[in-house]
Amino acid sequence: MSEDTAAVAAPQSTPVAKESSVAALLASPAGRNTGLVVALVLLCLGGVVTAGDRFADVDNVLTILRLAAVIGVVSVGMTFVITGGGIDLSVGAIVALSSVWATTLATQGIANDTHWIVIVFTALLVGGACGLVNGMLIAYGRVVAFIATLASLAAARGLAEIISNRKTQIVNVPGFAAFFDASVLGVPVLVVIFAVVAVAGWVLLNRTTFGRRTFAVGGNPEAARLAGIDVRRHTVLLYALLGLCCGLAAAMLIARTTTGSATHGGLYELDAIAAVVIGGTLLSGGRGTIAGTVFGVLIFTTLSNVFTLNNLSISAQAVAKGAIIVVAVLLQQRLARRSGA
Amino acid sequence: MQFKRITLLVAASALALTACTGNTPEPQGGGNQSGGVKVANDEPGKKVVIGFSAPAADHGWMAAITNAAKAEATKYSDVELRVVEGTNDVNLQISQVETFINDKVDAIVLLPFDGAALTPVALKAMKAGITVINVDRQFDSPFAARSTVLGDNYGMGVSAGTYVCERLKDKPGSVVAEIAGIDSLPLTQDRSKGFAEALAGCGLKVNNRVAAEFTVESGERAAANLLQAAPKIDALWNHDDDQGVGVTAAIKNSGRSEFFMVGGAGSANVMREIKADNGPHKATVIYPSTQGADGIRLARLAVQGKSLGDLVEVEVPREVQLYAPVVTKDNVDRYLPTAFES
Repeated sequence: MSEDTAAVAAPQSTPVAKESSVAALLASPAGRNTGLVVALVLLCLGGVVTAGDRFADVDNVLTILRLAAVIGVVSVGMTFVITGGGIDLSVGAIVALSSVWATTLATQGIANDTHWIVIVFTALLVGGACGLVNGMLIAYGRVVAFIATLASLAAARGLAEIISNRKTQIVNVPGFAAFFDASVLGVPVLVVIFAVVAVAGWVLLNRTTFGRRTFAVGGNPEAARLAGIDVRRHTVLLYALLGLCCGLAAAMLIARTTTGSATHGGLYELDAIAAVVIGGTLLSGGRGTIAGTVFGVLIFTTLSNVFTLNNLSISAQAVAKGAIIVVAVLLQQRLARRSGA
Repeated sequence: MQFKRITLLVAASALALTACTGNTPEPQGGGNQSGGVKVANDEPGKKVVIGFSAPAADHGWMAAITNAAKAEATKYSDVELRVVEGTNDVNLQISQVETFINDKVDAIVLLPFDGAALTPVALKAMKAGITVINVDRQFDSPFAARSTVLGDNYGMGVSAGTYVCERLKDKPGSVVAEIAGIDSLPLTQDRSKGFAEALAGCGLKVNNRVAAEFTVESGERAAANLLQAAPKIDALWNHDDDQGVGVTAAIKNSGRSEFFMVGGAGSANVMREIKADNGPHKATVIYPSTQGADGIRLARLAVQGKSLGDLVEVEVPREVQLYAPVVTKDNVDRYLPTAFES
């Protein structure tokens, strides 16, 4: 978890603490991840205690990971946007629109004549284009991100309903579902994709110029501009990247359900933002962690699985989810204050 | 030949007569009367673990589906019901079904948020040897379920239209209005089609039609607009009793009382209104909220290898479509116990 670069690159944060006190360890990104690991382990212990072998079972773990894969890919993209000082409320709607566009009869016709990969490319293209529009509105149109993406949320889902005529579009292209249903060494392809996206996201955020610019833009856009970074162009790229992730998530969801529908991706924006925030990424930007986000996603999906195994209601689960978010944010604020002092 | 057949027939009817009048049970006839089979069906058999999943209970009818299923399961000592509570996220519902498969339950009763989207995982369950009972929203593959329980949307429209015809047959030129549910859904289209076709049978048509969205608030809005648009109405059919709460509110606000109203789905509060005869509702047509409960019963029978009580057939049927009866003041007591609270 050597994400110390996050702290180094963020202009606001203090220089890396030299003393090795417990407080400093907790305040460091590695320390925050330790907290998440502890939370996840506690949750798993809860699962084992209450559900025993039904929880600690390879098939069940794969069930959790498959559930995590779709929302996980969106969350990795969301980490970039939030680290860059933005927010995107339209991700669920973009997933829905991409899934619908990629499963229209026209797209399926082309895919049938050529290759099923056309469906995946269409989803990526639509998602990327939506992200591009969001980014342009925010960076060049100077619309506040919250409002711009709120508008996209309404418009994209509406467009998805128009295109699909509110019907569920079924995929009949051979090979498509078979590819995503397959396993690599016992790991489902969906989970492999999530892992690849997470690793690629980590490298991009922590080991490239693009990542350092993201921290700089999120931490202090004015300083970033004076340092010679094209802040507006970078903002557009961040939203386009998240759009691509949404497109990929749509393709994964199409494979999982063999359908495209305007109802897909309901409230994914909240799930993704929640996972990013409890992972330790600052909502105000400038600090972000992909590993934290992955843990955040796993914590929520494991919670959901433990509740399902124990016959507990979705409503109680929502309350538990809310409590976890509040505790995580309170903890985060304390740590931020301590590292700032 | 002919003569022989007639004598046979006479002999048979004589036999049937004695069978009917005689008090001693006929051993051969008793077999397919299946009164005994029905009792055997309710007797505890092999333990059956059933997983149940339905969409979010954001609507009175949907909440009743899960509640009725739970209540049904507690009636049988040999049924263990595992309920995962409602979700409108297909990704989550799929993982719920995957959990049931991992748990190796005997049967899954599934009301999918989207029939097509849940088909792959239902196929997976069937391949794993689990008896899947599909409720209300159909899968798009016949291999995805052992048996399907359905309501009758077209039949709802027919029942409502036939009732309106009965009451208005002597008044040609009557104005009939309709408040539909979400207009782009196939179920709404089916209901409207049945209604229009039944009305055509007595020379009536839908003069004013508006659509709401199955919510109280949208029902109020649609009804208020409709009452503005139509100064005089003789009969009004509202597709859904949950949105009907809003429709009734709008009617009360307008002070109109020249027409009678027919509800849809069959909520308990509409039935109480029909019974007390103190509101615009004079009838409602049922879309059974006990489909999930019937799914539980079918799942239990199918797993235990029993047949459906009063049928001769030895296997549980592939599809059971429920009837959409008209509830009026005369027969409301019969339906009130199974009505849902909205």
